[in-house]
Amino acid sequence: MLKVDDVSMTFFPGTLNARVALQGVSLHLEPGEFVTVIGSNGAGKSTLLNVVAGTIRANAGTIRIDGRDVTRLSDYQRARYIGRVFQNPAAGTAPHMSIEENLAMALERGQRRGLRLGVTHAKRERFRTELRALEQGLDTRLGDWVSLLSGGQRQALSLLMATFSEPKILLLDEHTAALDPQRAALVTRLTAEIVDRFGLTTLMVTHNMDQALKLGNRLIMMHEGRIVLDLDAEAKSRMTAKGLLAEFEKVKGDALDDSLLQ
Amino acid sequence: MMIAVELGLIYAVMALGVYLTFRILDFADLTVDGSFTTGASIAAVGIVNGMPPALATGLALVGGMGAGLITGLLHTKGRINGLLAGILTQIALYSINLRIMGKANVPLLREATLITPLKDADLVGTLTSVGIFLVAALAILGLIVWFLHTDLGLAMRATGDNPDMIRSFGVNTDTQKLLGLALSNGLVALCGALIAQYQGFADIGMGIGMIVAGLASVIIGQAIMGRSSVAIAATAVVLGSVLYRVVIYLALRAGLNPNDMKLISAVLVVLALVLPQWQGFARMGGFMRRRMAAMSETALVEKEG
Repeated sequence: MLKVDDVSMTFFPGTLNARVALQGVSLHLEPGEFVTVIGSNGAGKSTLLNVVAGTIRANAGTIRIDGRDVTRLSDYQRARYIGRVFQNPAAGTAPHMSIEENLAMALERGQRRGLRLGVTHAKRERFRTELRALEQGLDTRLGDWVSLLSGGQRQALSLLMATFSEPKILLLDEHTAALDPQRAALVTRLTAEIVDRFGLTTLMVTHNMDQALKLGNRLIMMHEGRIVLDLDAEAKSRMTAKGLLAEFEKVKGDALDDSLLQ
Repeated sequence: MMIAVELGLIYAVMALGVYLTFRILDFADLTVDGSFTTGASIAAVGIVNGMPPALATGLALVGGMGAGLITGLLHTKGRINGLLAGILTQIALYSINLRIMGKANVPLLREATLITPLKDADLVGTLTSVGIFLVAALAILGLIVWFLHTDLGLAMRATGDNPDMIRSFGVNTDTQKLLGLALSNGLVALCGALIAQYQGFADIGMGIGMIVAGLASVIIGQAIMGRSSVAIAATAVVLGSVLYRVVIYLALRAGLNPNDMKLISAVLVVLALVLPQWQGFARMGGFMRRRMAAMSETALVEKEG
């Protein structure tokens, strides 16, 4: 479904500030595979996601989605294949538009947008059903501006918007990191439910070891722009947070970065 | 007074154009001062050369859309700052407008225009003509509100509200900006064409300060009515445009000189921007908005019940 081949990315190449973010990364995802990505700050996790989404164009390598070479497509052209939830709850929704309008825009993912009314009665019914499943009380607030929602509600809505048009790939970029533990747990649960329901091929970046182990059926660890560990479903199910930390120490060969201990 | 209301309703077309860029796209577009005159000059020259007034007015709209497109291309493809892109187009249009007209002023005094039937029936400045202009303004308002609720319109609103978000759903935000700027300046030029016919001439200087008048209408109207929905925000713009002309009319009647008009405009915009920040005024505004919201809700309940 997703084939990342030999992708390299250096920011500010040829200057004193040159920073290598990805070094010949290759990663193949089968349909329905749910991969969690962990690694220290600057390991290249977010860059990998951005390169797949097309917000950053890699220096080298190719990206294929469902057999189609999308390497040269810009982010909005790839968007028909890719759903995305960002770390910042404000990033995935339009604040001064209503919940139903946001959902209507999401439903048209990658379609040609014309002069048909965005929110129709039929669509509204569907939105109500979908929102009810989130259990956030949003199904009675279709006409409210999204800026009135809490961070957790917004992220739950972003998740629904990113997924319910059933994109080929779902990218989650630390999408629970900005939420309090309770909300984070809720969004984590919703993520598992929704990915399962639509059978989405998913790539999720996280800093949270437990979340990385709990969610998904494959785990990769990145370090200095490379994939240094790749656990399949079976190996992942046997892995523990402690074990992952040990692996980190091994690849780093020095004391653990505090940022990993969350 | 009627004349002021009438003018306010015609200028509302321009103000709605400014609303599209300033509020919907979050883009302060200074093309307006130029494209307004472009509309007036295209219509005037067309009419003087024997074109049917409706066709000349339509051509003016197309000309304005072209002007907006140029600003949009400078901004999106040329990556020029939005304000600067607008100023560049505006200054270029000054020369282009002179080329279109061939001189600085084109009189329409003895020509048949869209306004001629009103003038012949001696209806200008009466309740009847106010009614006609009100219907026309409301029709354009309705079209804009409808458009902003279509799939395309939603994408345009999101382009101004959260561009990264709407890109992630497959919308090219550059295209949306081009479209929005074209629509906006099309309306502005349409308004210029109407004003030229209303006052009986097109003049090279008639667009000066037009953006301020447009912003004043948007800001004054929305300071009063709020902008809790597109329909309210756009209706507020029409109201703002009428209020703006009435205030200017009253200021002139109070003894101020027509040359003071630009100063009055600037002061009005400053007041409309600063006053709502003061606590007493904000409380009053909030009260009025709540009351209006309550009123519209009761109306809705009654309709449903």
